[in-house]
Amino acid sequence: MAAQGRIVWVSGPAVRADGMADAKMYETVTVGNSKLVGEVIRLTGDVAFIQVYESTSGLKPGEPVVGTGNPLSVLLGPGIIGQLYDGIQRPLRELSKASGSFIGRGITTTAVDMTKKYHFVPTASNGDEVSAGNIIGNVQETDLIEHPIMLPPDHVGGKLSNLVSEGDYDLETVMATTEKDGQSVDIKMYHKWPVRKPRPYNKRHDPTVPLLTGQRVIDTFFPIAKGGTGSIPGAFGTGKTVTLHQIAKWADSQVVVYIGCGERGNEMTEVLVEFPHLKDPRSGKPLMDRTVLVANTSNMPVAAREASIYTGVTIAEYYRDMGKDVVLVADSTSRWAESLREMSGRLEEMPAEEGYPSYLASRLAEFYERAGRVQAAGSPDRNGSVTLIGAVSPSGGDFTEPVTTHTMRFIKTFWALDAKLAYSRHYPSINWMNSYSGYLADIAKWWSENISKDWFSIRSETYGILQREDTLKEIVRLLGPEALPDEEKLILEVARMVKIGLLQQNSFDDVDTYCSPEKQFKLMKLLVDFYNKGQQALKEGAALSDIRELGVVSSLLKARMDIKDDEMPKLDQLDKDMQEQFKSISGVKVSN
Amino acid sequence: MTAEGGVQYSKIAEIKGPLVVVDDVESAAFDELVEIETLEGERRLGKVLEVGNGKAIVQVFEGTTGLSISGTKAKFVGKVMEMPVSKEVLGRVFDGLGRPKDGLPDPIADKFVDINGEPMNPEQREYPKDFIQTGVSVIDGLMTLVRGQKLPIFSGSGMSHNLLAAQIARQASVVGKQDDFAVVFAAIGVQYSEAEYFRRSLEESGALKRSVLFLNTADDPAIERIITPRVALTVAEYLAFDLGMHVLVVITDMTNYAEALREISAAREEVPGRKGYPGYLYTDLSTLYERAGKLDGRKGSVTQVPILSMPSDDITHPIPDLTGYITEGQIVVGRDLFRQGVYPPINILSSLSRLMKDGIGEGSTRDDHSEVSNQVYDAYSRAQEVRALAGIVGKAGLTEIDLKYMDVGDTFEKEFLTQATDENRTIEETLALMWKIVSKLPKNEITKIKDKHVEKYYKEEE
Repeated sequence: MAAQGRIVWVSGPAVRADGMADAKMYETVTVGNSKLVGEVIRLTGDVAFIQVYESTSGLKPGEPVVGTGNPLSVLLGPGIIGQLYDGIQRPLRELSKASGSFIGRGITTTAVDMTKKYHFVPTASNGDEVSAGNIIGNVQETDLIEHPIMLPPDHVGGKLSNLVSEGDYDLETVMATTEKDGQSVDIKMYHKWPVRKPRPYNKRHDPTVPLLTGQRVIDTFFPIAKGGTGSIPGAFGTGKTVTLHQIAKWADSQVVVYIGCGERGNEMTEVLVEFPHLKDPRSGKPLMDRTVLVANTSNMPVAAREASIYTGVTIAEYYRDMGKDVVLVADSTSRWAESLREMSGRLEEMPAEEGYPSYLASRLAEFYERAGRVQAAGSPDRNGSVTLIGAVSPSGGDFTEPVTTHTMRFIKTFWALDAKLAYSRHYPSINWMNSYSGYLADIAKWWSENISKDWFSIRSETYGILQREDTLKEIVRLLGPEALPDEEKLILEVARMVKIGLLQQNSFDDVDTYCSPEKQFKLMKLLVDFYNKGQQALKEGAALSDIRELGVVSSLLKARMDIKDDEMPKLDQLDKDMQEQFKSISGVKVSN
Repeated sequence: MTAEGGVQYSKIAEIKGPLVVVDDVESAAFDELVEIETLEGERRLGKVLEVGNGKAIVQVFEGTTGLSISGTKAKFVGKVMEMPVSKEVLGRVFDGLGRPKDGLPDPIADKFVDINGEPMNPEQREYPKDFIQTGVSVIDGLMTLVRGQKLPIFSGSGMSHNLLAAQIARQASVVGKQDDFAVVFAAIGVQYSEAEYFRRSLEESGALKRSVLFLNTADDPAIERIITPRVALTVAEYLAFDLGMHVLVVITDMTNYAEALREISAAREEVPGRKGYPGYLYTDLSTLYERAGKLDGRKGSVTQVPILSMPSDDITHPIPDLTGYITEGQIVVGRDLFRQGVYPPINILSSLSRLMKDGIGEGSTRDDHSEVSNQVYDAYSRAQEVRALAGIVGKAGLTEIDLKYMDVGDTFEKEFLTQATDENRTIEETLALMWKIVSKLPKNEITKIKDKHVEKYYKEEE
């Protein structure tokens, strides 16, 4: 029986109601006369503590609270792709139909259009023994997404009957029924799943395939694997959002879930405006055809911000279960942590560091554990992955604050954004000394098999140059550059070229915004060759200034913008030019 | 802002700081407007922060000085705080709660609007991309402002941020467009002279009749400061989205706002976040800053230039820090440049406009704008490194190319950054100055500009 109580206390997003003895933890409830959506987060006697997902302005003690009997759930079925949802999966487009340009309250909508018809092609047959996760047929959700219809993960299984034949059906049509022990269960194109409960799978695989993002500093230096976890912390203005947008645009995954969690409204608008016009570099279709947006901007109610992360990750797991690679980008997990802090404060819990609740670390761990490359439940066999990438907004840019330090314990790739680099307009401002990737060894095999067997050694050599430069910079800072011998000056010179020609990437340049793995490798190899040839030339007596003034230097710096992915022969030509030019200076001995 | 109807209660349980706790309350709503009447018959306004179990905690905007447990009455008005709006607010001066301060009667209201506003639906926003020419080279060239943007000025005590904000308000225009334009100015806890400087500046440029001023000066009640930006933004939204005007909102000083918020939080004995500011400071600030923007299918826009003074010039202090995470960039005023007498003393390296990329380029400014601005940033940042190095090894220890970068730094500050407070440069003049700086470098140092633009605009010095 659904609980029916009355409000006794209101303060911001927190409400206490009595007469709620029948309520369950994390049950959703409707609050007040205007039927706001809320969730039970503590029960004491018959008093329920409720976080309300909408503004509580005007709410009064005495107004009714009614339980729904269900935990906070999302609707999973065709129609999700291309949507912009709020934190509790209400489509913002539908909300605007009800309340105009500003977000009103107490509006009920469905997450997808239940009346839209999809063309269904059955793949199972009547009489099949089926179980949870089995695919019974497919519909085409968007140009890019074939959407298998699966039995819900909590389905009891049984014998399939009444399977519809190929044709167009809407979401409420009963597509089939299953029979077990005299119990019959209807299967529709959609089901619901509680957001706080990870969806089950058969088994986990090791992440060994890189998620290619087309961003050189990520793919080449600090890669992330499909099914892996990554975090990108940075002070404001260091380019977190631009980097995340770049990943959402160019990552080689089939589905992207982008969560704007407590961030700027205009950033979501930008994605909405831009993505339909951008083409996926692999399929040529609009990027919006593979993207789902969850937006709970900073000025929207804070409790729904807490829920938005779970809403997003549950949608991601649903597409993973179809056998797809899914990337979930959450900008920003710090705002989510702040919403935990705010509710915790209202619950009068004992705070840990900086007022955050003591369970901050375990909540972060639970979230990042939902990443993974898995074999999905049910037949046919299929593997999918969820890659989780979370932005962190450390206060004052200080990486020792609780959200950053706890996050670092649960992720394997760490892209540390650096305000100093950003100030000098070195973008992406990922600091190459402070960042790391725990996947390097796992994915080196992929590069070696698909791009070049030298990949790992060339990458180490390039990284070595950057490390040497970092040490030398200290000396320069004290004594000036003239104190160094020529071989070491060359290291500084090449490190500068690596920074400008490889690490920097202009996301607003048509060519540079995406870089294929082949081009990444060739650019890197050219720079290493330049370094080795330069050292050799110095040994043979060439002057450093000769090397600096080679025409090929400026071509190497601009190749990332000037040479397109499909113009690899131009890079080979550049290689030849470089050999020639070095020949021209070698053997020119310094006379005195 | 008068209150009518509602139930009156006279049992005051507690008065602490800016809060009054009313007992035996039968019916009050969260956020409801409250009218407090003192023994002497003076009326003050407040709102409900928390209600339940027969108690209501009320925040009193004008402060609790002079209130007593017996004799004070609280009336719950039955609605949230609203601001009367109409076209007649233009040219008027109000106090921090939105009551006339110029001796004229209340403007006749077209409608009453909840001062808290409602969040804009991101799906209904129009992405801002109309270039605003402020006539200030460093802003137009390197941190371009666009219509519907929120771009704060981070300053420190005593620096020339007010001159700059006033110059922007006077000169801001969209090239080739003659649109309805309005300025909303909110002073929060600033000295009377600062507010007066701004008013006079608007008056002298003839802009006062299309401006609305909200003044809470340093001697006005501190808690009122919570309300001042909200009434100002409510009026701005009305002018923009109901009347189709392009509204520039200047708010100064956000630091005083955050301090008022901290005062209330402390009085409620909440668990503090950093430096005693409440944990919800970010969310609270966002409910102000996010009220900038443009909406699909509506003509007007709200552009915000909030000013905040960084305590001890510390950009990592919670107020500038959280502001920077919400706003679309920041203009940082630098103490070093200010000491050298440079105006505007803007530190470009820590400044940024996030919406610049869509506001510039072919069709709005010029196709080389983005590249040349990247190169100027790069060159100036190199110049700063070289200056630091020269401080250690002396000029003699520098290479030839390092010396060129020193020259770039000087030219940048003397010819490009520096301009008079009444000097209004066109974007063409600004771009020409940027190329003059870039042209001081040899061509092989130019790594951020495409060759075709270098060929077209690069001019080697004689």
